[in-house]
Amino acid sequence: MSSISILEERQAQIHTKGTAPFNMSCDKKSLAGSVSQRACVFCGSRVVLYPIADALHLIHGPIGCASYTWDIRGSLSSGPELHRMSFSTDLQERDIIFGGEKKLYASLVSLIDKYSPKAAFVYATCIVGLIGDDIDSICRKVAKEKGIPVLPVHSEGFKGTKKDGYKAACDAMANLVGTGAIEGIRPTSINIMGEFNIAGEAWTIREYYERMGLDVVSVFTGDGRVENIKRSHGAALNVVQCSGSMMHLAQHMKAKYGIPFKRVSYFGIEDMSKALYDVAEFFQKDYPEVMEKTQTLVREEVKAIYPILKRYKERLKGKKAAIYVGGAFKAFSMIKALRSLGMDVVLAGSQTGTDEDYQVLREMCDDGTVIVDDANPLELSKYSIEKGVSLFVGGVKERPMAFKLGIGFCDHNHERKLSLAGYSGMLNFAKEVYASVTSPVWQFAPYGKR
Amino acid sequence: MFGGGANLKLAVSNIIKQYQPALIGVGTTCLSETIGDDVPLILREYILKNHDPEGPAVVSVSTPSYSGTHIDGFHGAIRATVDALAKKENPDAGGINLFPGMLSPADYRHYKEILSDFGARYQMLPDYSQTLDGPMWTEYQKIPAGGTPIKEIVAMGDASGSIELGRVLAKTKSAGKLLADKFAIPCHSIGLPIGIKETDLFFDRISAITGKPMPEKYVQERSRLIDAYADGHKYVFEARAVVYGEEDLVIGMASFLSEIGVVPALCASGGKSGHLKAMLRDVIDDFDAKGITVMEGVDFVEIGEAAKKAHADFFIGNSKGYKIAREMKKPLIRIGFPIHDRMGGARIVHIGYRGAQQLFDCITNTIIQCRQDASPIGYTYM
Repeated sequence: MSSISILEERQAQIHTKGTAPFNMSCDKKSLAGSVSQRACVFCGSRVVLYPIADALHLIHGPIGCASYTWDIRGSLSSGPELHRMSFSTDLQERDIIFGGEKKLYASLVSLIDKYSPKAAFVYATCIVGLIGDDIDSICRKVAKEKGIPVLPVHSEGFKGTKKDGYKAACDAMANLVGTGAIEGIRPTSINIMGEFNIAGEAWTIREYYERMGLDVVSVFTGDGRVENIKRSHGAALNVVQCSGSMMHLAQHMKAKYGIPFKRVSYFGIEDMSKALYDVAEFFQKDYPEVMEKTQTLVREEVKAIYPILKRYKERLKGKKAAIYVGGAFKAFSMIKALRSLGMDVVLAGSQTGTDEDYQVLREMCDDGTVIVDDANPLELSKYSIEKGVSLFVGGVKERPMAFKLGIGFCDHNHERKLSLAGYSGMLNFAKEVYASVTSPVWQFAPYGKR
Repeated sequence: MFGGGANLKLAVSNIIKQYQPALIGVGTTCLSETIGDDVPLILREYILKNHDPEGPAVVSVSTPSYSGTHIDGFHGAIRATVDALAKKENPDAGGINLFPGMLSPADYRHYKEILSDFGARYQMLPDYSQTLDGPMWTEYQKIPAGGTPIKEIVAMGDASGSIELGRVLAKTKSAGKLLADKFAIPCHSIGLPIGIKETDLFFDRISAITGKPMPEKYVQERSRLIDAYADGHKYVFEARAVVYGEEDLVIGMASFLSEIGVVPALCASGGKSGHLKAMLRDVIDDFDAKGITVMEGVDFVEIGEAAKKAHADFFIGNSKGYKIAREMKKPLIRIGFPIHDRMGGARIVHIGYRGAQQLFDCITNTIIQCRQDASPIGYTYM
């Protein structure tokens, strides 16, 4: 095999800590032909809004866009499951020529009649942006006729990257926020943002907050309900995880409703505990009992899992890991969580990290760690092999690469069906990492045990 | 706003730098089709400007998402590749061109085994038997080993006959027809070889081209299969099935189900060639008397609604139908692509006598298990 060389234009997006002054290039358009692992704008919008379970999600475009995002997340609902349907206007060649507005209108009306959703999101795909369908006016018209919010999501693919899709989703939700009654919401209420209830994670987190004596008005968007989003401006604080996707809405709510926000992560004992303490601290002045409850909660939870984690740590100590995730904030938590299991992170990167993110990442990493932005399978495999990792934490796109190379793989993306958030999630994560790294099957890999 | 030409050329150039491929395939999207990019022209410009006789072949295919389904893209890509590469260089070379249809890697391996056992020279396109179901690596493989070698695609212009599998495919401007038009290579269009009847046709065609009889190994396989049909026929007789997937797969599967006594009560596809019903009538005996529902261009909501009326005993198709099967508390027998909720989709053999044997065992056992589980007695023999 010829050795893997890095494209010249990509070199500024790869950095080995300790070798040179840190000047990471990031937050830019992917290089054509570099085989970026990023998804499109539409996909960004779709993954953010998908968990809103009582809304109709109608994709205005050809069937491929809808098929591609059908039932893609492991986001659970405690009630309605309309979100698991991927409705599409299934645009055909003649619609491209004559326009798709009539079809959109007819689809919306018939689907709303059939499924009685609490709101409808209409996603604009590339082609809709090109043929110039006025989806805003169709949405307004149907909203008026049917008496429910019908919200356009401007997620045309050519507008940018997945991140722009997050923003388009936030813009659509911003139209719902503030339209519901906020009577009865206690001053000790929060919104959970950027938590998508994968495998019930939002339920776990919500329970923690409730044990702290807080109320949760709305979860954005895990197990989401339109009614809760409408009244979410009644909360005292927005607690934002996965800040890449939700920061825009949090900032909007701060500007418009004066609701402050905190950035958190629920992965790993350290970040999980910090999240709860940060929130408790926010309420400290007026509700000091929240902090007391939080301390008890953290103590109990950590005590329950610590001895088990310690056993895993003994087996995992000194193993090397690679991390490649969508948002950089998750990478920070992963580094801490893997370190708490005794592992060394030797390759870390994200699809959509910012300058600030990479500064933080660099500070967290050990010397020699390779840091990558918007990487591709060639780069990821090159450094995984060079660094001799025995675990790769990433999304499903990285799984085949890892398995082919005889590297244990842990899915930390939205398709997974395993809860990894909170204390119980950390235990699941440890178990998953342990299974991935120490399975006896790797002894047969041609490369040998890593 | 300014067209995608510059981006496409940069992408091709970067892919050459990183992967050093012998061929680059370019598919279009709704976006590039609608902004009016002339992709073949852009690629020709690229090739002229970067004149490199050692450089990769570049093949483009028009695949806007708003026309047709994935199967049109699949066959379109094959046709475009053959169109770009096949040449008549050595008219005495002979050999069979095989266009195998969209099936599993294990099916592809079985095709190759059959043709090899005939001692036939052949070229099969595509061939993902190894690329999609291959070994682990010691080092990262930029382009996995396997696949149809380019020289074999070129040699398709010299073959003495083409076999293309798919009764709906037969009605389209396929790669087989292209070779017939361009190089006067006879094209044998038959159905996917699923079940005895359709597999017999396949073996007949190979015999006709090679002038050789069916190898003994397959005579044996076929005999054992018929013996198994006899052993199991009562369990499956008049069981009712919902069959869904690509049209040609549905036709092949319906043909097989009918020959073992199962009624393919609902045959449904997202494709809409307009030929599905007529083709099913061709392969199913007493089609009209059986009250079979045929649906083209449908989605799983529509299939689910129709399935309830079809009084089905089981579903047979890809894993996407799991939700409706689960709702109706009926078993789903997973075949075709994709199978995202079970191991081993790549290892399912659908074709040939061997494939029919596996499918027959699987279907019969599924029905037996349902009866066994439903029985209060708990028989250990059924």
